[in-house]
Amino acid sequence: MTSDLSKVTIQGFRRDNGRVGVRNHVLILPLDDISNAACEAVANNIKGTMAIPHAYGRLQFGEDLDIHFRTIIGTGANPNVAAVVVIGIEPGWTKKIVDGIALTGKPVVGFSIEQNGDLKTIMNASRAAKDMVHYASEIQREECSITELWISTKCGESDTTTGLGSCPTVGNMYDKLLPLGIYGCFGETSEITGAEHICQERAINKDVGERWYKMWKAYQDDVIFAHQTDNLSDSQPTKGNIEGGLTTIEEKALGNLEKIGRTSKFIDILEPAEAPKSGKGLYFMDSSSAAAECVTLMAAGGYVLHTFPTGQGNVIGNPIVPVIKITANPRTIRTMSEHVDVDVSGILRRDMTIDQAGDELIEMIRRTSNGRNTASEALGHREFSMTKLYRSA
Amino acid sequence: MSEIPQLLVHETGDNVGVVVIEGLEANTDMLVCITHDNSTFRLTVSEAVPIGHKVALQDLKAGDTATKYGEDIGKITADVKKGAHLHTHNCKTKRW
Repeated sequence: MTSDLSKVTIQGFRRDNGRVGVRNHVLILPLDDISNAACEAVANNIKGTMAIPHAYGRLQFGEDLDIHFRTIIGTGANPNVAAVVVIGIEPGWTKKIVDGIALTGKPVVGFSIEQNGDLKTIMNASRAAKDMVHYASEIQREECSITELWISTKCGESDTTTGLGSCPTVGNMYDKLLPLGIYGCFGETSEITGAEHICQERAINKDVGERWYKMWKAYQDDVIFAHQTDNLSDSQPTKGNIEGGLTTIEEKALGNLEKIGRTSKFIDILEPAEAPKSGKGLYFMDSSSAAAECVTLMAAGGYVLHTFPTGQGNVIGNPIVPVIKITANPRTIRTMSEHVDVDVSGILRRDMTIDQAGDELIEMIRRTSNGRNTASEALGHREFSMTKLYRSA
Repeated sequence: MSEIPQLLVHETGDNVGVVVIEGLEANTDMLVCITHDNSTFRLTVSEAVPIGHKVALQDLKAGDTATKYGEDIGKITADVKKGAHLHTHNCKTKRW
């Protein structure tokens, strides 16, 4: 790898809207839970496609429905996706998904089950999916700049080693790549608690900082304090965090925030699954700290690679976005090495610097972009979890 | 660093450090490294402490504040001796 990162190239998939993807999936995407079976049947018929079953999509309303649509449309629109077949129970909302994805210029077609039944829908959708596989399999990777990547981050099964090693490694990567023009994203609203004063100071200006604080405070008041039945001592930090040595949410938050590095400021705040609209730079997405929910939302926001520091060993993956796992914990390396892409345990032995670890992560980003399967891809982790705000009607 | 440290401390002024090796036994004379400036000192740990868990760098009293990253990470709920294990049994969040 050249020392001038701005000249590092990757072999990516350039989409019609100019965005660069690192994977080339043909998705069979259900609008709603009851269309999962038809989608899975199509994916079984047509090799080279992937169904993404999920739990919701009926009788949602208001902000909860908005997040559902943003998540499904954003997943289909992600540059790691070449083409999409959408299946829903009825044509109205199905068309809304198709129209949203079509704005990217990629091939997308919808089918609805009512007045057709599963079998006729599966046959028609399978024919469309087969055409899309032919289309996608002829798209060639081409040379793109590493600076065109959109890279998100969220940590999981954190412990005290994440704050010492794997989170600062991601921070170092951001310190090096954000100034060159990548898009970054961090989130986990509840998990900033204890470091909110530091996070607010990392906003680009007073206005963004105040909007960030208002969002964080609203989550505290409207969700945590409105719904807590105990002192959250089993939930945040989690049992796994405590086993790993983290004692309080403050300690966890300070380690978490190491992921955004030392120099970058965040330029805007995103709703869950919202795509950035303020240009290159770092964004905060209002999101759950649960790994699958958070990565699903960031993927729907358009991020094509995810960097995931872990301490105790989270195993998460995502259907469309490669999740690169980084750990500094030697016990996790010893017991769960098949889940680790970047070993930075040398930081704890003091024979690896944070700067060297950041370079190793960037090298793994380059190789993953070029096609190297991550641990989670090889192990078949495809967690896709919708964020649900309240009960459906 | 030729000798591998057993305990890492984020910032000068922190009153806790993190065990970074497996199988740390009671009464080990630990090499402690402050990651911020790579300075070192020695401390004897009074009990076996698992990897990732914290050790108090000084005597702490109930009501004191635990400091890590140079920041407040919670309140001490029971007296802790220098070199002892510091975790949920003697430290708690101030948030919820």
